[in-house]
Amino acid sequence: MSVLIPATLAQALSALDDAPSSMVLAGGTDAMVEINGGHRRPDSVIAVGRLAELRTWTHDVISATLRIGAAVTYAELEADQFRRWVPALSQAARTVGSPQIRHAATLGGNVATCSPAGDGLPALSALDAIVHLVSITGQRSVPFAEFMVGPKRTSLRPGELIEAITVPVFAGWQGYAKVGVRNAMVISNAGACLAVDDEGGVRLALGSVGPTIIRCSQAEAFAATVVDHGQRAVSEADAVEFGRVAASEARPIDDHRSTADYRRHAIAVLSRRLLRRAFPNG
Amino acid sequence: MADNEMYALHVNGTRHEVADAWIGESLLYVLRERLGLLGSKGACEQGECGSCSVLVDDELVCSCLVLAASAVGQAIVTIEGIAPHGAPSDVQRAFVECGAVQCGFCTPGLIMATHALLERTPQPTGSEIREELSGNICRCTGYGRIIEAVQRVAVWRSIEP
Ligand SMILES: Cc1cc2nc3c(=O)[nH]c(=O)nc-3n(C[C@H](O)[C@H](O)[C@H](O)COP(=O)(O)OP(=O)(O)OC[C@H]3O[C@@H](n4cnc5c(N)ncnc54)[C@H](O)[C@@H]3O)c2cc1C
Ligand code: FES
Ligand code: FES
Repeated sequence: MSVLIPATLAQALSALDDAPSSMVLAGGTDAMVEINGGHRRPDSVIAVGRLAELRTWTHDVISATLRIGAAVTYAELEADQFRRWVPALSQAARTVGSPQIRHAATLGGNVATCSPAGDGLPALSALDAIVHLVSITGQRSVPFAEFMVGPKRTSLRPGELIEAITVPVFAGWQGYAKVGVRNAMVISNAGACLAVDDEGGVRLALGSVGPTIIRCSQAEAFAATVVDHGQRAVSEADAVEFGRVAASEARPIDDHRSTADYRRHAIAVLSRRLLRRAFPNG
Repeated sequence: MADNEMYALHVNGTRHEVADAWIGESLLYVLRERLGLLGSKGACEQGECGSCSVLVDDELVCSCLVLAASAVGQAIVTIEGIAPHGAPSDVQRAFVECGAVQCGFCTPGLIMATHALLERTPQPTGSEIREELSGNICRCTGYGRIIEAVQRVAVWRSIEP
């Protein structure tokens, strides 16, 4: 086994091309749990966490987009500027693990692991994020909804790295809420991200209640008929109905952390609450 | 392209050679078993308890989740590097004075986390302390005395910065 700390992205890609079975390591917060537990014993490791090309972000004012390098950490995403650009993602960042975990854990690692409970993922789904992939032969960009194909299953190909993720910077309200047994260090039992886009559309994405992140097309369509953007208002009854529709779109299961019934109930509550936060009047 | 069959780590200002190690070892393991630095504790080895907390390039992380061979070229600070033996730091003194140490297993991690917290936020509120120390589990104290100790250091430092 060997560990490579490449100096450039090009070097990382050529090493990955030479040995496509290498383990890519970013913050290590998922990978090391597997290695320590003896579940994974890689022959070679390519440590991409310090690559300058993956550690940057670019805010493009003209196109109102934010391109976030894959190795940007959740601690960085908690910072003020991200709270202004992508409040939901920044809120989600603050709920990840603990300070120690957030200093190491990267957005790219969360996306590559692609657990339905990944806290960054509902925001990426609600924002229709684009995942930029790169290999020695070139680049391609995939909508998040096509990148995540199942629980911990992605359309990443051998030899590819996640280079960056692009999200739109919307002017409207957005937020993330999750339920777990503690306020810290907790894998989400149910999570929801609501974002108001620049056309006034209400977007809702759910985590931990299906094999992938679920976009709630019916709840979104319902919201379009009941919210008042001018007054930033929605009635309590309509908010409750929004939650009910969202819960009906969830596909939760029973597992060691929670039950399907509880998760569905939590989604109804979280979705209602988020809609009321976005439209606090009325 | 450095292939790290043998590598060196920079710990508490000293260069340490690590030879004949399995390259998949965690930093926690290498610190304790290869470098004899027994201050950092290992309990869960999955990032949940914080007893293995160290600084890597000034960031507080769980050493159990750092692949040791990937930390080449980074500045690592462990509990042993916080203060010389016999001359405890203000944080260490406050923990002792406030009774924030019982069995002591969580203490090195909490001392590291408290130093990091007060570096960033010199006068933390109660909820800031709780959030910043949320990655450190203590099974003995019930946390009240730990929070008191952090507040005591903040007061000391505000009087005598
Ligand atoms: C104690 C603890 C608490 C946690 N709490 C949470 C939580 O609350 N919410 C949450 O969502 N997650 C949580 N996690 C999971 C983990 O922290 C996140 O998934 C994190 O974002 C992973 O990022 P990383 O950089 O550490 O990934 P790594 O462990 O370095 O890598 C994870 C996987 O992604 C691949 N990978 C990494 N970067 C790239 C890249 N650029 N291109 C291609 N593949 C790549 C790796 O090969 C590996 O398979 C927790 C983990 C621990 C140990
Ligand atoms: S041993 Fe590292 S967090 Fe528990
Ligand atoms: S003093 Fe025993 S675990 Fe904290």
